[in-house]
Amino acid sequence: MSMGTANGMAAGTVEIAPAANVSAYRASRRRESVRSLALALPLLLFLLATFIYPIGSLLLRSVQSGEVAAALPQVAAALQDWRGPDLPAPAAFEAMAQDIASAQADGTLVSAARRLNNYEPGFRSLILKTARRLQDLSAGSAAQAFADIDKRWSEVETWRLIQRAAAPLTPDYLLSAVDLTVGPNGFTALPADQQIYQSAFARTFLISGSVTLLCLVLGYPVAYLLATLPTRQSNRLMIFVIVPFWTSLLVRTTAWYVLLQPNGVVNSLLMASGLTDAPLSLMFNRIGVLIGMTHVLLPFMILANYAVMRGISPSYQRAAVSLGAHPAVAFLRVYVPQTLPGIGTGAFLVFVLALGYYITPALLGGGGDEMISQLIAFQMERQLNWGLAGALSVYLVLLTLAAYFAFNHFVGVDKLRLG
Amino acid sequence: MSNAQSLTRTERVGRIGLRIFAAVVLTFLVAPVLIVIPLSFNGSAYFSYPMSGFSTQWYAMLFSSGEWRLAIFNSFLIGLCSTVIATTLGTAAALGISRPSFPLRGFIMPLLISPMIIPIVVVSVSLYLVFSPLGLTSTYTGVILAHAALGTPFVVITVTATLSSFNWNLTRAAASLGAPPLLTFRRVTLPLIAPGVATGSVFAFATSFDEVIVILFLGGAEQKTIPRQMWSGIRDQINPSILAMATLLTIFAILLFLTIDWLHGRNAPAPEA
Repeated sequence: MSMGTANGMAAGTVEIAPAANVSAYRASRRRESVRSLALALPLLLFLLATFIYPIGSLLLRSVQSGEVAAALPQVAAALQDWRGPDLPAPAAFEAMAQDIASAQADGTLVSAARRLNNYEPGFRSLILKTARRLQDLSAGSAAQAFADIDKRWSEVETWRLIQRAAAPLTPDYLLSAVDLTVGPNGFTALPADQQIYQSAFARTFLISGSVTLLCLVLGYPVAYLLATLPTRQSNRLMIFVIVPFWTSLLVRTTAWYVLLQPNGVVNSLLMASGLTDAPLSLMFNRIGVLIGMTHVLLPFMILANYAVMRGISPSYQRAAVSLGAHPAVAFLRVYVPQTLPGIGTGAFLVFVLALGYYITPALLGGGGDEMISQLIAFQMERQLNWGLAGALSVYLVLLTLAAYFAFNHFVGVDKLRLG
Repeated sequence: MSNAQSLTRTERVGRIGLRIFAAVVLTFLVAPVLIVIPLSFNGSAYFSYPMSGFSTQWYAMLFSSGEWRLAIFNSFLIGLCSTVIATTLGTAAALGISRPSFPLRGFIMPLLISPMIIPIVVVSVSLYLVFSPLGLTSTYTGVILAHAALGTPFVVITVTATLSSFNWNLTRAAASLGAPPLLTFRRVTLPLIAPGVATGSVFAFATSFDEVIVILFLGGAEQKTIPRQMWSGIRDQINPSILAMATLLTIFAILLFLTIDWLHGRNAPAPEA
């Protein structure tokens, strides 16, 4: 950027300036710095409040586990040194009775019960049932009272789970977001029938990669043609790229939703042309997702490559041909390497946008073939498991950042241009 | 490029193949939306050809429905408010960042464009959890703030690009003639960067106008926008009034494109495109 030249000029000025002026010059440069920073400050503060802080706190939720410790403080203390294999001391039962009563009074019991339910379905009702029944009891040992309410209270597993949930920080969400759990011997994989997320991340990665590749294969030649046609012709054809680019994502997804129906336009055409006898299932499966996402993201790939190709002089390639290279070799060895920044920018944009896709796969995809964003939304809206939503977000954001840093390293963020 | 005579036969065959391939891809890009447009005038509620008669009933349905009218109003209200915020903050930040004296550029620039890159579901979930205790969920304020944040990177990028060819001596000249900074901005800088600012704001508006996921998480029944209404329409029971809306949005997209094209033409004399 122009920064380098400006600094160079400034350094030259300093060398010939008398020493007394140097500090005045530095002070004025500092003032300049502060002034330019002040211009960016409102946006920085705005993003801090509406973007960086919220995302940070969501990511932190993936390791926080305050609900149970807050609702059941005495239990947490009583279980601190308990290691099993016997049931905890009677004091822990009494602590539980007192904590449940006070947590119910101040309204924190429900969120603690929900939190425990994340570990083991049925725990919420166990806690709430216990809270209800405890009110009727007065005399006798607390341990016996609990055993009478539900036999799960006499199981060591129940208490171990509460002990784990009562810790202020937990690795559990981050582990369960990749299908791991803490077993007696360190991290262990969940049983195969409970594994969801590793394959979901792999799937998200695979779908994003396939869409990126499809966009590159379809988009690169188009960008090449547009970049090498006379300006008037290419401007006219560019409308075919830019109008879809500006058309609402939902409009385009809706269009595919209509076209790909079993009795929709695409199937009618296929059957009329004799290519198939029966309608193909083109939606509510991976095919629908790939068609829809490629269609929505293709303009990014074309525009990014076009922007770079337009600046490439054809003479290098022609020189290679005139020196005896086969045109195909000249294209691959001379032209394509010059377009790598465009390929990088296009691939980065498509891949990163695809990683976070939600609407298109939700409308065109099938059950069991969800992308990570859909699972985050599901945990958030249906399960109310914010910790797990946070943990899944952690990995998704890490994937995104990895792509970002790779792009910044190989191409450079300054190359991002729009319009 | 070169004239046809200087091409070898292999190159000519390649060029023809390339044209055919590009024609197929460009058709793939525009055909889906174009095919759907006539179906919005279908006489019956089916989504296939041949159509059973011509009717504007789905458009009538759109404009007589209170829900759709509210959605249209909301889309423009939320879009315009968030665009004003995003454009103001983004332009100021771009002006700061583009100065040679700006410190920590390599650190701050990625921060400013991060809303474009972080998956929107993550953003929405985060905002829901922070806005909910503040009472900002299901409010216009909450949705507008969120959309403004998502729109700012576009303004920052386009204005920074315009400023990369900006001659800072102009502002120095104005200052040396005694103009206060705000006057310099209004009379010297702004007129020169206006096309970039306008392009950025169109991008910011389109971002808000097209956005569904933030609305799904943060918006209540009062804040339903056009895309939100289409989303629930498709999920519940899709009928051609959705296609009527899609057609109107496509026309709107063409208008946005023409706006950008016009701005781009105004911007063209600058050496950096």
